[in-house]
Amino acid sequence: MSAVLLIGVLAFAVVRPRNWPEAVAALPAAGLVVGLGAVAPTEAWQQTRDLLPVVGFLAAVLVLAQLCDDDGLFAATGDFVARVCGSSAQRLLGGVFAVAAVITAVLSLDATVVLLTPVVFATAARAGVRARPHVYATAHLANSASLLLPVSNLTNLLALAASGLTFTRFAALMALPWLAAIAVEYGIFRVFFRSDLAARPSGGREREGTPMPVFTLVVLALTLAGFVVTSFAGLSPAWAALAGALVLAGRGLARRRTTPRKLVGSAGIPFCLFVLGLGIVVKAVVDNGLGTAISHLLPDGDSLPALLAVVAVAAVLSNLINNLPAVLALLPVAASGGPGPVLAVLIGVNLGPNLTYVGSLATLLWRRILHEHDDAPELGQFTRLGLLTVPATLVASTAALWAALHTIGG
Amino acid sequence: MSVIIWVTEGTWPACVDAAREHTAADDDLVLLHVTDDTVAEAAHGAFAGLLGRGHRERDPGTRLEDLSRAAVDDLFADAEQRLGRPARRLELTGRAEQQVVRAAEGADLLVCARDGDRGHLGPRSLGPATRFVVDHAPCPILLVWPDAAPGLGSLPPPPPDHPRP
Repeated sequence: MSAVLLIGVLAFAVVRPRNWPEAVAALPAAGLVVGLGAVAPTEAWQQTRDLLPVVGFLAAVLVLAQLCDDDGLFAATGDFVARVCGSSAQRLLGGVFAVAAVITAVLSLDATVVLLTPVVFATAARAGVRARPHVYATAHLANSASLLLPVSNLTNLLALAASGLTFTRFAALMALPWLAAIAVEYGIFRVFFRSDLAARPSGGREREGTPMPVFTLVVLALTLAGFVVTSFAGLSPAWAALAGALVLAGRGLARRRTTPRKLVGSAGIPFCLFVLGLGIVVKAVVDNGLGTAISHLLPDGDSLPALLAVVAVAAVLSNLINNLPAVLALLPVAASGGPGPVLAVLIGVNLGPNLTYVGSLATLLWRRILHEHDDAPELGQFTRLGLLTVPATLVASTAALWAALHTIGG
Repeated sequence: MSVIIWVTEGTWPACVDAAREHTAADDDLVLLHVTDDTVAEAAHGAFAGLLGRGHRERDPGTRLEDLSRAAVDDLFADAEQRLGRPARRLELTGRAEQQVVRAAEGADLLVCARDGDRGHLGPRSLGPATRFVVDHAPCPILLVWPDAAPGLGSLPPPPPDHPRP
């Protein structure tokens, strides 16, 4: 019964009938599993209380990213990359990799997908190079470069709460896997797109540059430092994100660059409610059989083969049903094995979605049905690229995680 | 004579120069550009992959489509200026190699540029799309190097075990 409800919630989120928010299905479904007794009300409340700080942290980071965009940070970064790397398509790819990796790590994959992708396209077009490698790189790095910090991906925030790691320890253990994934992606992109990248820029267009918003950049750097400080002080790093967002919001409001309405809109409140509802529905499914099945499937320990097996299960599950429900389902089991298996789950659910260009087979299936009657573009090349990069990045990052666990210690 | 000049980012100036040089003033010139619609679709897809975010108006793919149209207009304007002669614009969308071959039907000449390895003479100087066009075009082709051709020194040595006929 809970499983049927979970499938219903996910299907609703993928299809989004009448453009209704995803929470419209997730919240009643959560109420229903509690009403039917699949989850005790106290447990549901506990799950919500566990998820609330995570969701609040996420909302603060989403607002922070939108305010950075309002201040012109993304446009200015595009101009900077065009100036420094615009002389060849290969150099531009290097610049896009660097920027996308840093923005994903610091401001989350949502910022890269929604705010950075158009800037990367515009930068490539201005430099007079073919935009395909650069736009594909941004789409890939939104997933592959989201390993480094807990704020980089909602999956990481969920895992941080479950693993008991601090912000800095998480980052220290994931630095090597993050670098490994980016390096493998870069190598494969250079070979895969060698023909597109060989074309030399044809007289880029001059355009008025956006000045780098120094104040915003300083606030962002202080927020990052705040993550470290709060983590050492035993506080939630969400306070640092909130402080950064408040400073930029106050300034944006004073300069009339934003409105209270826009600020609330950028916090993604329906999304936060969706996550809370999904959390309870997934808990019902895990408690009623899925958890036992997963614990049989996941090996114990943090030897390299065990980690690889966890990564594989997580990657497959996230490709079937999307990485958000996958991580919610896997974490309770993985968390009992310590930080190693938890971080391995993250490698699987964060890198796995690159296999299809929409992140999961469920979404892919729905897009196929939507586009059945029109001439939708075929993304065979994107899928071939994913078939190359996903297994390679999974193995490289897992090996790097294993090395990090054995040198730094979980 | 009807001449199609296939302009792509990066290599179009060589095609325009070659067309100016090898055609007569009264020839009918067409500047052809094919927009790769998989780029915007990849952005649509990346957004669709973010489960639960709602807000279809935030979809970066839509913004990419607008930017892409503007970029093609800029490219055409630059190409027309360099050509210095009247030319029709033909803007297509989809798989470049398929669209170019179809558009070339009935033309008297198709001008395109090598877009692969520029350091060596040989088959690798053609990227996959241009390779397909060269192999399948239903009309004569003028195939140009985007800049100076590499010297004969880049020719591979003849295979040793093949006796001359």
